[in-house]
This record gives sequence, C-alpha cells and structure tokens, in this order.
Amino acid sequence: MNRAHVPEQDDWKALGGNNGGPLIKVSDLHKYYEMGDTRVHALRGVSLEIRRAEFVAIMGASGSGKSTFMNMLGCLDKPSAGTYLLEGTDVANLSRIELAHIRNERVGFVFQGFNLLSRTNALENVELPLIYARMRAKERRRLAQDALVKVGLGDRTHHIPSQLSGGQQQRVAIARSLVNRPSILLADEPTGNLDSRTSVEIMQVLQELNGRDGLTVILVTHEPDIADYSKRVITFRDGQIIRDQPVLRRRVASEIIASLPPSED
Amino acid sequence: MVFLLTIIRVALKALNLNKMRTILTMLGIIIGVGAVIAMVSIGQGAQATIAQQIASAGSNMLYVTAGSFNRGGVRSGAGTSSSLTVEDYQAIARECSAVRLASPLVRASAPVVFGNQNWFTSIQGVNVDFLDIRLWEIQSGSFFTQQDVASAQRVCILGKTVADNLFPGLDPVGQEIRIRNEPFRVIGILKSKGQSGMGQDQDDTIVAPYTTVQKKLLGITYINAIMVSAVSQSATSTAEDQINSLMMQRHHIAALDDADFQVRNLSDIADLANNSNQVMTLLLASIAFVSLIVGGIGVMNIMLVSVTERTREIGIRMAVGATGGDIQFQFLTEAVVLSILGGVAGVVCGTAASRLISNSLGWPTLVSSAAIGMAFTFAGAIGIAAGWYPALKASRLDPIDALRYE
Repeated sequence: MNRAHVPEQDDWKALGGNNGGPLIKVSDLHKYYEMGDTRVHALRGVSLEIRRAEFVAIMGASGSGKSTFMNMLGCLDKPSAGTYLLEGTDVANLSRIELAHIRNERVGFVFQGFNLLSRTNALENVELPLIYARMRAKERRRLAQDALVKVGLGDRTHHIPSQLSGGQQQRVAIARSLVNRPSILLADEPTGNLDSRTSVEIMQVLQELNGRDGLTVILVTHEPDIADYSKRVITFRDGQIIRDQPVLRRRVASEIIASLPPSED
Repeated sequence: MVFLLTIIRVALKALNLNKMRTILTMLGIIIGVGAVIAMVSIGQGAQATIAQQIASAGSNMLYVTAGSFNRGGVRSGAGTSSSLTVEDYQAIARECSAVRLASPLVRASAPVVFGNQNWFTSIQGVNVDFLDIRLWEIQSGSFFTQQDVASAQRVCILGKTVADNLFPGLDPVGQEIRIRNEPFRVIGILKSKGQSGMGQDQDDTIVAPYTTVQKKLLGITYINAIMVSAVSQSATSTAEDQINSLMMQRHHIAALDDADFQVRNLSDIADLANNSNQVMTLLLASIAFVSLIVGGIGVMNIMLVSVTERTREIGIRMAVGATGGDIQFQFLTEAVVLSILGGVAGVVCGTAASRLISNSLGWPTLVSSAAIGMAFTFAGAIGIAAGWYPALKASRLDPIDALRYE
C-alpha cells in the first residue's frame, strides 16, 4: 500500500491571524428546531475552546447533538443562540454567502460516506473547492495533484471513485478537504464505512497531517478505539458536553499498522 | 471568466453523462428552432418572390387611369371614362420633372388569327418607351419605331404565350396575323416575363403602336391609361404629386376627390402585397414558436428532475464552498448550454428542411441570417427562462439536508 507522503515544511503552523488566541471559541451555543408545536433542542449551551494543531475527538450516542455541533463548527448550519468565533471571526451572524466562503477557505470536510462526485476522477474531485475559490485551471491541477500525493494517491489521480477502494476514496476526500489549506479539518465518522485495517490507515493519514503539518483535526466518532487516536476527547450527551479530557494513552496508527499482518492488496 | 469556462465544462460533462436524456430534451428545442427557421424561410421566400415580381412589372411605375364614367348619376368603373387624352400624356412627359418616361396605353381585346390557328388575347397600344418603362426586352426581331407610331403602321410584337399558341413550331417574325380582320405584321417577340404579382400571365399579350390600336382597331381618339416611370424609387410619390396637380390644372378640377382620373403608385401595391405576406410569415413563425416554447418546457422539466437527482452533488459542492449563486449559475448554464446546442442543431435542421421544401414542393424559400439569429436568441432566452426556476430551487437547498439526501 501507499505510505502517506510527509511534506518538507509545515503548512498550517505558518498560517497567521489570531495566533495567540484559540482557533475555535464557542460560548453557550444553542440549537433548536421547531417541529410543529414542539421545540426540539439539539444543543443546550455548549462552550469550549479548541487551539491550533489540536486533534479532538467528539463522541456521543446518536442524538447526543454531536453531529449538529459538527455542522455548526463547519459553518454548514447556524446556531440558534450563542457565539462561535472561528479565528476571531463571529461566524454565528454571517450570511449564507459568507458562510460558503468560510467553508471554502477555512474548513475541510471528510464524511462517513466519502461524498465524492461519482463519474468524476480523483483529481477533479480534489479540485472542487478550488473551483469555487475562482482559481485558474493550471494552478488547481497542481494543488490537487500535491494534495493527492500527500495522502498517498499520487498515482490514482485519474481513477473515478468506483475504481477506488473505500480507503482510497476516503483519502481522496481527505485530499479534497486539504487542498484549500483550511484552518480546521472536520471528519464526521470518517472510518464508519471502512474495515478496521483501512480505518487505521485513514487515522494514520489524519495523525500525520496533524502531527507533521500542524493541521487542526476535529473528528466525530462513536468508536472509542478511533477516539483514542486523537489527543483530546469531548463527550456529548443530550446536547451538552459531559466530559472533556485529554487522551492519556494515545494510539499511534503507524505503530499499529506495523503490527498488523500485511494487507492482501 | 475562469469560473465561467469551468462551469461550462462542468455543464457539458453533466449533459454528456446522460446522453439519451440530453438528446431527447434537445429534440424539443431542435424541432422548435428548426420549425421557426423553416416557416420563416418559406414566408420570406414568398415575400422575395413577390417583391421580384413587382419589380418586374416595371421600374418605379405609376399608372394614370381615367376616372369613372358618370352619366346622370350612374357611375361606371374606373377607366371607363374617355377623359384621358394623348395631350395629357404629352404634358406629363414634358412638364413633370420627376417623370423619366411616359407612354399612353390603349387596351383592346380581340381574337387573333394566323392560318388555321386562333387565340383570344389583349392588345396593348403603347409608344416606343414601353420596353424601358416595363423593363422588358425583345427576344427576337425588333420593336416598332417612332415612325411606325407616327404613321400608325400595322405592326405588332407578340408576347411569348401568344407566339407559342399561334405559331407552334414556327418563327412568327415576318409573318402576318389578323386582329379583328386587320392584317398586322409581326416584327418581334417579347422575352417571357412570367406571372405578375397578381397571378396574371404577362406574356399573353400583343403590343402595337397606340396610334394603330386607336385608329385601326378601336376607332377612338382617347387613351385608357398613361404608364409613367419615375426617375427613381424615391421619386415615385413626387411624380404622383406632380401628375396630380398637372392633371387637375389641365382638367380644371378644384379638389382631388372630384378628379376624373386616378394615379396609382405600384409601390403602394407592392407594400400591400408585402404586408399581407408579412402577416403570413408572422403567423407561420408564431405557430412554430409555440413548439419552441413546448421545447422550453421540456428543458425545464428535465432540469427539475436533474436538480432532484443531483441533490447530493449540490450538497457536496455547497460543503466545499459553493454559494447558492454558484449553484444557480451552474444549473442555469446547463440549461442554456442545452438550449444553445439544440439551437445550433435546430438551425441546421431548419435550413435542411427549407431546402427540402423548396426542392420537393418547388416553393421558394429564403433562409435569412436574421431568422437564424432570432431563432438562436430565442433558444438562449428559453434556456434561461426554463433553467431559472430549477436553478433557483437548487441554489436554495440547505447544504445539510442536501448532503443527507439519498
């Protein structure tokens, strides 16, 4: 299998803006949905800070509000109350268009179901955020190629998703989330559809991006072993944070892979 | 610009992925645009033919006809009175500056006989300027001369139809025919002019000096009409005014309403014929336009299906930073590209169809660049109109719902 490429320089540590303060500062965040007469509370006053280069796992049962919180962090959704400062910018009050720009420039998404465009090759999938950044085709191609190399898929650029394994598809998705040099990478159950070995490989990619490049990674998972690859685990229940603690015995993906029997493919 | 090109490429790719659907949707636009092109080309072809026929009637022509004959309050039709004289014609030719040439016209209808052949036709008595006024030419032989007019010679020139009927397989020039038992020598044959704008066979005629027709055939001294050629197309109305005032003066008439003559401008007749044709063209084009609109509805329908089918794609694009406007632009571009491609194919099909019509039915057709431009513009406009709502719907999707859509 392909090893993830290790970049020579750290891309994300160098990014300026709000250097001293937290990358993410959430205060008393609420989200509720009106369902007819009843009001459903998805988030009931969440406050936390995440600093640059952290690797955070968000855990909780389904319905605990973790996905809603993730959507808030990714600027896909707006809170009903409370503030969310992303690199000092109050995101809660931005328009739909401004939120789209924030997603484009500062957030990278990785989803459980990969969410790649089918019948579109890996390179073009990775280029997608750059199209909306109005970048020239040549420049897009170069950056997308670099991102694919970084996740170990430099030789699969012209394969379409159905020609790639699940792990490879998720790597393409990671490359897509990286290509715009975001401030945060949000991964929503990124290993949910993958077998255990491939899951570890994906975690290895994320650990490398976090450790070597200093990329801030926020991971939503309900699997404790996956959460153990992060540095800090935040647990949600009923729309509130019930636990927030560092990972004491962190798993290192590269070591685990070395101990696994060699893969068949 | 970079974005536009990228989005056009995305649109082409999306259309290419669903080839069958794209082609069927395009077919609506192709048929619509093709029908508009074919219908307008038929209309414009007919218009061009009529314009040509009217031009062939004569150059910048005006007709002065005698007014209605009024005896004791009973009025006969136009041209029945004997108020026009040779002097009137001479005065018009001499005094009206906007008149280039003028010729008297004396009409007779009579059976014409040669050997055992006979033919009933009309005889036009005119002067030597007749050919120039009517833009007509001699095919063989010659026209009569000023001398022939002055001495009222029994000479005549045959129209093609008359020549063919009286002299099957013979050369008529030099032969003698009898008109109302008067012997006339055939000195020339006119070139075929075909049907007039009104559908008359212009070749079914005999031309002779007006003096001969007056004296030898009819025994009259007045003339039926005066044919006038103005110095230019734009001078026809000036000539009309000049003739009116000259004639009113000559005939001692105070108001034009009481005139015993009438000036008819052939360009008015041309305008009339053109107008009726334009109405026809418009009618045909609007029927064809309906099918273009039906094609547009097809585009809208498919775009709506496409937006629903691609909800997840829209969600992905929004998650990576596409704004609602970007999404709207993408789907709008897709609809416009679809319509414009259909428009191009429609222009090709429409042109081919009008060729086919003119070849198989013998109808004249004219594919004008204006019609192509118009059909094209409409195709684009219909693309925008049909794509607008689906694109708007796509742009208003919530990214989270769109991403979860199965």
